[in-house]
Amino acid sequence: MSLAAQAAGHGFLSPTGVEIAFLLVGLVTLGAALVTVTTRQLVHAALWLVVALGGLAVEYLLLTAEFIAWVQVLIYVGSVVVLLLFGLMLTKAPIGRSPDADSGNRPVALAVALAAAAALVWVVVDAFRTTWIDLDGPAQGSTRVSGEILFRHWVLPFEALSVLLLAALVGAIVLSRKKNGEEG
Amino acid sequence: MNDVLDVALRLLVVFAVFLVLPLVVGQTEHKVMAHMQGRLGPMYAGGFHGWAQLVADGVKFAQKEDVVPKDADRRVFQLAPAVALLPYLLVLVAIPIGPGEGAVGRVVDAGIFFVLAVMGIGVLGSLMAGWASANKFSLLGALRTVAQLLAYELPMLLAAASVAMAAGTVSLPGILDAFAWWWVPWQIVGALVFFTAGLAELQRPPFDMPVADSEIIFGAYTEYTGLRFALFLLAEYAGIVVLCGLTTVLFLGGWHGPGGADGLGWVWTLLKTAVLAFVVIWLRVTYPRLREDQLQKLAWTTLVPLALAQIALTGIVKVAIQ
Repeated sequence: MSLAAQAAGHGFLSPTGVEIAFLLVGLVTLGAALVTVTTRQLVHAALWLVVALGGLAVEYLLLTAEFIAWVQVLIYVGSVVVLLLFGLMLTKAPIGRSPDADSGNRPVALAVALAAAAALVWVVVDAFRTTWIDLDGPAQGSTRVSGEILFRHWVLPFEALSVLLLAALVGAIVLSRKKNGEEG
Repeated sequence: MNDVLDVALRLLVVFAVFLVLPLVVGQTEHKVMAHMQGRLGPMYAGGFHGWAQLVADGVKFAQKEDVVPKDADRRVFQLAPAVALLPYLLVLVAIPIGPGEGAVGRVVDAGIFFVLAVMGIGVLGSLMAGWASANKFSLLGALRTVAQLLAYELPMLLAAASVAMAAGTVSLPGILDAFAWWWVPWQIVGALVFFTAGLAELQRPPFDMPVADSEIIFGAYTEYTGLRFALFLLAEYAGIVVLCGLTTVLFLGGWHGPGGADGLGWVWTLLKTAVLAFVVIWLRVTYPRLREDQLQKLAWTTLVPLALAQIALTGIVKVAIQ
């Protein structure tokens, strides 16, 4: 079946409710992400990050990937951002604007961000150009489906990642112990 | 149209439970604590044994002035109580109280993950409150809250994972369908770890270091008055209901009971939840507060190894019986 014929079944001009919701949540997520990197208030940046990551979780939900959505909330909102806030509060986290919260690297950072975004959008669009999710059928991102795909098709990358994380963990312990030994 | 009505009705029931049960737990706490300490507790409001005490408290809170400190971060300060309270309302939607799909607000496929993920968001409320108050006591309280959450989230997840392994599913109704009575002795270590870690996550005594009123004056909530303070208190009691309900569902068989579950399932769930809530109150009256280092030591050197041992045991038994 040609691309045009497949796309014809799902016109862009008559979006469904889910598609509109997906787009709106996407805009909110993008906006929150932009505020995260442009605000001068450090803790507000972390809180906007919560909005952006939560928006991503909602997008996963709309794509029927329920399991991934809750893991996203558990790991990113519940742990990573909390850890980030913890770190911010242990250091200097003033209420109000930090005039020095700016960097000369802004243009470079913008260029890198745009390049990364362009590459990701290109890859995703190219990979999933004609793939449509059937919203009426059984959920395609349920825990069972995710688990089977993860441990049948992607088990090698999964194990490689776990070794990588273990190495990072051991590395962190080694680094922190060495410092203690020098002090005491 | 019927579907919409059905969903609305379920949400309404969940909301009513969310409003009533925490107050019942609160009133029980007043009375149980009083009797354990050899006094009467509230006796006047409402007439019969002070049953309306919490209603009167609510009216009092609503009348108080809502003060935001001058140097505080206004928006974050005002938003924090909602962030602390709402997660528990969301979690309540996924807890089944009886057999079948009729007795749960919404069947969530990855139920355990949903429940633990959303409960973890609640801590953001304390963190926001502590930082936005512009008060050293509050900030200390918030830092202690996070340190505690980071330590106790891991054993809690591991204990819940053990049940998921045993049942072969992560959906809460699915776990209850797979339950058999011998799961209770089999998963008892996991249950103790889960309940203890949950208490710590709620900052209930003996794990109330983050709000220790005698040292840091209620920690993150120091600057709060009136309704917003009441919302934080409500979050604590809603948290007790959620924790006890979850422990019941995961480890004590939920609606399963000796007399069969026909029509009486919800009674068993509520009964088990009530007994656990009583234990929570009992612990508050009888145990002294743990020190910060004792808290961390308990989590990392006792609860995490115990939870891992429980997972190993679950795996061995699971393979053996197949």
